[in-house]
Amino acid sequence: MLTAVLIVASIALVAGLGLAFAYRQLPAADGDLVEQVNDLLPQTQCAQCGYAGCRPYAAAVVDGSAAINLCPPGSDDTIRRLARLLGKDVIPLEQAVVPAVAVIDEAACIGCFHCRNACPVDAIIGAPQFMHTVIESECTGCELCVAPCPVDCITMRPLS
Amino acid sequence: MTAPTYDLGKLHGGLRLPAHKRESTTELIKVVPIPSRLVLPIEQHVGSPAQPVVGVGDRVLKGQLVATPDGEFSAPVHASSSGTVTAIEQWPVSRRFGETAPCIVIECDGKDRAGPVAAAGDYRKLDPAKLLQRILDGGIVGLGGAVFPTAQKLMQARTCEIDYLVLNGVECEPYISCDDVLMRECAAEILSGAQILMHALQVNACLLAVESDKPEALLRLGRVLAELGDERIVLKQVPSVYPSGGEDQLVQLVTGREVPSGGLPTDAGCVVQNVGTAAAVHDWIVNNEPLISRVTTVTGDGVNTPVNIRARIGTPVQDLIAFAGGYTDRATHLIIGGPMTGKSVNTDEVPLVKASNCILAVSGAPGAGDELPCIRCGECALVCPVRLLPQQLLWHARADDDKKLRDFGLTDCIECGCCDLVCPSHIPLTADFRRAKGRIRELADEKARADRAKRRFEARSRRLEQEHQERAAELARQKSSAKTAGPAAIAEILKRKQKKGESE
Repeated sequence: MLTAVLIVASIALVAGLGLAFAYRQLPAADGDLVEQVNDLLPQTQCAQCGYAGCRPYAAAVVDGSAAINLCPPGSDDTIRRLARLLGKDVIPLEQAVVPAVAVIDEAACIGCFHCRNACPVDAIIGAPQFMHTVIESECTGCELCVAPCPVDCITMRPLS
Repeated sequence: MTAPTYDLGKLHGGLRLPAHKRESTTELIKVVPIPSRLVLPIEQHVGSPAQPVVGVGDRVLKGQLVATPDGEFSAPVHASSSGTVTAIEQWPVSRRFGETAPCIVIECDGKDRAGPVAAAGDYRKLDPAKLLQRILDGGIVGLGGAVFPTAQKLMQARTCEIDYLVLNGVECEPYISCDDVLMRECAAEILSGAQILMHALQVNACLLAVESDKPEALLRLGRVLAELGDERIVLKQVPSVYPSGGEDQLVQLVTGREVPSGGLPTDAGCVVQNVGTAAAVHDWIVNNEPLISRVTTVTGDGVNTPVNIRARIGTPVQDLIAFAGGYTDRATHLIIGGPMTGKSVNTDEVPLVKASNCILAVSGAPGAGDELPCIRCGECALVCPVRLLPQQLLWHARADDDKKLRDFGLTDCIECGCCDLVCPSHIPLTADFRRAKGRIRELADEKARADRAKRRFEARSRRLEQEHQERAAELARQKSSAKTAGPAAIAEILKRKQKKGESE
C-alpha cells in the first residue's frame, strides 16, 4: 500500500518538476504562433493595418492588442484562417480593397527615387535621375509608393 | 505477323463501357474537301498561345507558318491551305462552353498551293537535339486530346533516364475510333514515327499498346511490324477497360511500374505518345508536311452517317457534320471530344483543332439525373483507377478542407469521370473535384506570391539594416581617427604636400 503511494507520488513529483522546468526554460510557444500568423498574412507589407508590416501586425494579433480584421489585402479568407488558428470568431473586414498593381507613367517620371525607397519588396527599379518602372510580377499592390511621388505619376491598376 | 504479348501490370477499377465504335468504323477514312474558310486558333496546345506572324490581307500558302511559338511551352500554327487572311479576331472555340479565343481566319482560294519547305533530310543522321527542334517547328502536339507540345515533352524526357517509348493506341473512351482506323490504314506511318521518336529520345525499346477490342488494328500493325523487322518495337495488347488509355494507367499496364503521386511517366522511365502523334511526326520529318490535318471521328446518334474523316485543322465543325450527312432530328447536344472527357459546345461554328479527336452529336446529355445525397455505398472507390476515395474527397471538397483534400490525394485525380457514372445518387463528383483543384491551385499561387514578397521584404530589411550599420561604423571610424590622430595626421598631410611641391 505504502509502496504504491510512494511510487505514484514520486512519478507525480518528477513529472511536475519536468513540466516546471519546461515552462521556465524552453522558449515560449508564442514566438511560433507569431510566425504562424505571419504565414497566413498576404505579405504585402502595406501597413494598412496600422502596423509597420505583416510581422509586427502578426505580433500584435498574438498579444491581443490588434483585432484580426485589420488586413484589407487579405480579404475575408485571411480573417477566416486567422479565426480558425486563434480560436476566435469570424468578424467582417474593416474595409475591403481591390487587388491592384502600381503602374508608373514612365513619360512623367522625373527619376526622384522616392518611390523606390518606399517600396517594401524592392519591386521598383531605376536609378536617381533616370526613369523608374514597376516589376509587375513582384508588386504587392501596397500603395506605399503612391504618396511619395512628387509628380503623381503612379496609379494603381486593378487586377482583372 | 508478330503476335502481341499479354504480360501486363494491373489496373485498379475502371469500367467496361458500351463502346459505340462500330458505327464509325465500317468505312475507310474519308478525306474532307478543303473548306471555303479556315479558322485557326492561336492556342491549340497546352502552354502559352502562339503569336500571329501574318496580318489581315496577307496571302498564305499551305503549310506556311502563321503563328510562331511564344515562351517555353508553346507550339507554332501553320496555314492548313492556301488563301488570304481576312481577320484575326475572337471566334467561338471548343475549349470551354461558350468561350471565344483569338483566331486567324483564312478565306481559302481552293488551289491548295503549298509553300516551300526546307527538307529535313535523313533523320537518322540528325543530332537528336536538332531533330527535336525540327519536331517543334512542325507544330506537333499530343493528338490524344491533351495537346501537350510533343517537342517539349521529349526535351523534358531527355533530361531523365528513359527505358521505354510507349505508343498509346488505347482508345478507351466510347464513340472515338480515329486512332483505331489510323492504325488500320496508316500502320507503316505510325511505326516509322515510332522509329523517329526513338531516335529523338535515344531509346531502344518501344511498347506499342493497343486495346483488345481492335483486332483489325492489331493484325495490321503485327503484319507491318513483321515486314519492318524492327525488334525494338513490341506490340502489346491491353484489356479494353476505361480509362486504360490514360498516360499513367497505360504505363502501369504495359510495364508494371507505377507513376508516383504528383510525378510524370518519365519518373517511371517511360514517355507516352499517341499513335496519331507518331504518324504526324512521320508526316513532318519524312514528308515535310507540318501538322495541318488530322483524323477525327464524327459520330453519335445525332449524325446521319457516322464516319472517320481526315480534315484540315481549322475546318468549321458544321462543315464536318454536313460531310457526315448532317444532323438527325434527335440531335440535341454537340460535344467536342469523347462523352467522358469532351467539352460541350453551344455552336457548331467552332473549328476543328489539333485536340479534336471526336465530334459527337447526341440526343441526350449522358448521365443526367437529379442529385441525391451520398449514401456512402463506396462504388466510386471501387472504380477509381487511381485508388482514391471519391466519397471522402466529395465531403472535403464541399467543406473546402484543403489539407484533407491534399491528404486524400485530390491532385492525383485524373478526372476520368468513372465515379460520376457509377454513382447511384447522380452526384457530379468530377465537377466538384475540378472546381476544388482550381481553387487549390489559386491558393497555392497566392501563397507562393506571399512567400516571395516576404523573402524580398526580409532581404530588403536586412540590406537596409546592413547599410545603416556600415554608415554608423564609418562615421564612428572617422570620428575616432579625427580625435586620436588629429594634429599628427594634419602634420603628415602638410609634409606630403610639401614633398610634392619640391618634386615639381
